[in-house]
Amino acid sequence: MGGSKVGAPEHLIIKGKRLDGRTPGDFRPITTDVGVLSHAKGSAVFRFGNTWAMAGVMGPHEMHPKGLQDPANATLRTRYFMAPFSTWERSRPGMSRRSTEISKVIKEAMQQVLFLEEYPKTAIDLYMEILQADASTRIAAINAASMAMADAGIPMRDLISAVSVGRADGVLILDVAGLEDNFGDVDMAVATVADKDQFVLLQVDGIITRKEFETLLGMARKGIAEVYRKQKEALIRRYPGATMEAVQ
Amino acid sequence: MKENFMRKLIESGKRLDGRAFDQYRPIQIETGIVTSAEGSARIRMGKSLVVAGVKLDVKEPYPDTPNQGNLMVDGEFIPFASPEFEPGPPSEEAVELARVVDRAVRESHCIDLEKLCITPSELVWAVNIDIHVLDHDGNLIDAACLAAVAALLTARFPKFDKETKAVVRDQKPASGERLPVVDRPVEVTIWKLAGKLLIDPEMEEQESAEARVTMATKEDGRLCAMQKGGKGFFTSNELLQAADLAVEKGNELRAMLPAL
Repeated sequence: MGGSKVGAPEHLIIKGKRLDGRTPGDFRPITTDVGVLSHAKGSAVFRFGNTWAMAGVMGPHEMHPKGLQDPANATLRTRYFMAPFSTWERSRPGMSRRSTEISKVIKEAMQQVLFLEEYPKTAIDLYMEILQADASTRIAAINAASMAMADAGIPMRDLISAVSVGRADGVLILDVAGLEDNFGDVDMAVATVADKDQFVLLQVDGIITRKEFETLLGMARKGIAEVYRKQKEALIRRYPGATMEAVQ
Repeated sequence: MKENFMRKLIESGKRLDGRAFDQYRPIQIETGIVTSAEGSARIRMGKSLVVAGVKLDVKEPYPDTPNQGNLMVDGEFIPFASPEFEPGPPSEEAVELARVVDRAVRESHCIDLEKLCITPSELVWAVNIDIHVLDHDGNLIDAACLAAVAALLTARFPKFDKETKAVVRDQKPASGERLPVVDRPVEVTIWKLAGKLLIDPEMEEQESAEARVTMATKEDGRLCAMQKGGKGFFTSNELLQAADLAVEKGNELRAMLPAL
């Protein structure tokens, strides 16, 4: 990050406010929806402002090719995918190396909470579609993904909840967006099991001290508590009377 | 069965080969092993074997960085390195490895990319780092990053013809100036196995591990990139312990690299 990039604004934080008017610890408006698709077993939408992710779960269904079946577990397959029109400059269609890597780290995060042993030999396919990208897209994708898994009725220990934190103009910030993504100093993607001290995803780009890392972990956990609450609210809206009893 | 044995062993504070939890296997670094490359290095970390080659070319800069050279890191897992590897397009593991090493190099700003500008918006040097995993006995990311940085540190420019705006390949090892490398980032991966943190697992240990987190550090001890992998989790405390370990062990690895 940083360096002499074209289009860099002089400041990302002016008088304690970010370019979109937020304070360093604010989220963009969060909107959620569950059960938005007809063919997917489970589906959800998660939006942070202009970042818009949709997730759909297909299966558990028979795993093909059969040679790849796991006799003891369901195989979780994940695909994070960006629509070419999701960015100002059209992005190249298809899976980039970046998308491949993000799909992998999301898969590993989800594996921590899914009881894959309940569906041996099958495949569970998790598709995440980024319709509009204004930074923190993997974060929105993960949040939508675990809601979609719950909507699909797939047994889980708990939801996975995620936020991005970072540093812009030397200030530590929550929910990285807009120019902060391109011109900020640090970008840190974090996901935990529910709002617990169990980090299942962590990716950091940019130079930070150990002290800043410690502070960012704390900020992330506080933000995640809010995301987790929003995810639960959305599921209870969809399934009135449901309770969120985490399986320990 | 095997995994159970491994967990018991680790729980009792021991490792297969008797090493301490915070001890690397013997590491050998050799540079300049491929004369056709502008820079190259071979790393042996225990039985893991990784070769990195740096090739320098002249290209158009990216539109958002018209005054900077380009950087590209690719990873190949050669099928003879492990029965798990197959020929074909890079697996998600190979893609991840290349991208995690890319981040250490890029985010540490270890290459002075502005010095790679020939004509702004028109011509810049492009640094291509290709990492080939030749033998996989665990902990590939740390070995790959060492290989990449060792290759960068020893890379020299080939001849460039200003008239034709092309690199002159005269079938001789590049002997121009050294690539402007100003930092030596290293990556240390901390693995969680049976609830304990350890580094540099051999294959059998790695297969039993629950999670890993790779942390890149700069010469000044600051962190510059991280990546968690595996289906397990880390607590905040474990992540902070990992950061301390990454700094301490990172200094050890850095001392083995060629000087700046």
